[in-house]
Amino acid sequence: MGMTMTQKILAKKAGLDRVEPGQLINAKVDMVLGNDVTTPVAVTEYEKAGFGPVFDKNKVSIVLDHFTPNKDIKAAQQCLISRNFAWDQGIVNFFDVGEMGIEHALLPEKGLIAPGELCVGADSHTCTYGALGAFSTGFGSTDMAAAMATGEIWFKVPSALKFNLIGKPAPYVSGKDIILHIIGMIGVDGALYKSMEFFGDGLQYLSMDDRFSMANMAIEAGGKNGIFTVDDITLDYVKDRVDRPFEVVVPDTDAVYDEVYEIDLSKLEPTVAFPHLPENTKTITEAEACDVSINQVIIGSCTNGRLEDLKAAAEILKGRHVAKTCRTIVIPATQQIYLDALKAGYLTIFVEAGCSVSTPTCGPCLGGHMGILAAGERALATTNRNFVGRMGHPSSEVYLCSPAVAAASAVAGKIISPAHI
Amino acid sequence: MNNAKGTAHKYGDNIDTDVIIPARYLNTIDHKELASHCMEDIDKDFVQKVKPGDIMVGGSNFGCGSSREHAPIAIKASGISCVIAKTYARIFYRNSINIGFPILECSEASERIEAGDEVEVNFDTGVISNLTKKETYQAQPFPDFMKKIIAANGLLNSIKK
Repeated sequence: MGMTMTQKILAKKAGLDRVEPGQLINAKVDMVLGNDVTTPVAVTEYEKAGFGPVFDKNKVSIVLDHFTPNKDIKAAQQCLISRNFAWDQGIVNFFDVGEMGIEHALLPEKGLIAPGELCVGADSHTCTYGALGAFSTGFGSTDMAAAMATGEIWFKVPSALKFNLIGKPAPYVSGKDIILHIIGMIGVDGALYKSMEFFGDGLQYLSMDDRFSMANMAIEAGGKNGIFTVDDITLDYVKDRVDRPFEVVVPDTDAVYDEVYEIDLSKLEPTVAFPHLPENTKTITEAEACDVSINQVIIGSCTNGRLEDLKAAAEILKGRHVAKTCRTIVIPATQQIYLDALKAGYLTIFVEAGCSVSTPTCGPCLGGHMGILAAGERALATTNRNFVGRMGHPSSEVYLCSPAVAAASAVAGKIISPAHI
Repeated sequence: MNNAKGTAHKYGDNIDTDVIIPARYLNTIDHKELASHCMEDIDKDFVQKVKPGDIMVGGSNFGCGSSREHAPIAIKASGISCVIAKTYARIFYRNSINIGFPILECSEASERIEAGDEVEVNFDTGVISNLTKKETYQAQPFPDFMKKIIAANGLLNSIKK
């Protein structure tokens, strides 16, 4: 029985010829990540356990992105724990305000993840880097402490779901719409403990930004990781970013999958997830029929704060103005994306359209700061979760969509197709 | 490992980490403070009702969402001695084991146990006894390496030795 991409990477990193689903292994890690919410817990435990220097100061990344620029005194104290640790340990890839971006946009941009590598992060959306053909998954703070101390981590080898993507997506159908469609199809636990592996001719139409959005939300289907086959689009992305050798891993031809799904991208519509689970999806046609008015739009996050996302929103907002009743907040995910959007004129378009433009932060996505909802308010967001109370008051609501749908809806003040603006 | 015994607090499917401990409280790592907000967005009386040793019962995909270890920390610090669910989101599962907090998967127990039932759990055998309904359910006992982590009160203590 052959191995999947994920199984082959795990076997190699565990120093084994082969692994089987369900097998418990110890694997070596190429990168360990933490943010300002999870790192303080890890650091406290790390120091309590009496560990000394981290296993490799080049292979730990600490990104202060959730409650930064610090939103209150308590958050500032938490960040201080992370800062002191990063400085004391000489962590090379430590990113603070002014250099930081949302971690899952920042690490690939900086070339810190390469195909075939194994990355673990104390943030559930660490699965994003699977877009590069790496094995990448989220874990907790204690895991982060253990991985920083030893450079290894325990895993249970997952089985896999195969997604064969065919056809060319219609206009306004992005990676976000594809992954929302898939989550709607298999449910929020449809990939529980499993890998989601993406293949097919349709990949030629999906940019890296589309793929990052898709791999990012594998966790929203319960997936252990999402991983894409490596092609010219991937290699073109890493060529000026990664200067170390890496290995492109392909699945065995007789790899075994629990299920194989074929998805015709040409048949998909823009898709919106209604409260309070990402699986509650409707096509934009169905969503429009529900006549959902909105109080706030968020365009940003580790799912959709990249340059193409901002481009898609800017193309719709150019020469238009957002509805008076709809506060619209745009958050470029990294400093580089901010600069690129500035040079491309997108930020001017946003400000002229009546949007607020923020420095990079996870802020509103998790109800941290920078756009919290009052009781009964509704937000339409390009983020990844719409759980009860996710963006503020427990009676507020979050709807998830692509940047194009978010921008069009900001203008209309209600959920609307970009084709109908 | 010791047995757990207490009153059941019952919740449904897809209990996510945002309702277990909302992100607005993640600006602290103080266990007691986290526990004081545990479950408040879906059950604001939980922290008043819970007694040391009580047992939390959920449906499928318990602990889905964020990787915040604050979620199992908040439940453990609230006094809950064990969680029983049909299935867990994998990060919540490993976070719980890694902090030495035993949680079990058992569909039958998840379905049959009602709020207020007295429940006893034997971690060595995986047998869950519903003392109120006079029923027993069988969960998979932990593999040895997880037993070692839980017995050491967490992953870091277990790898230090």
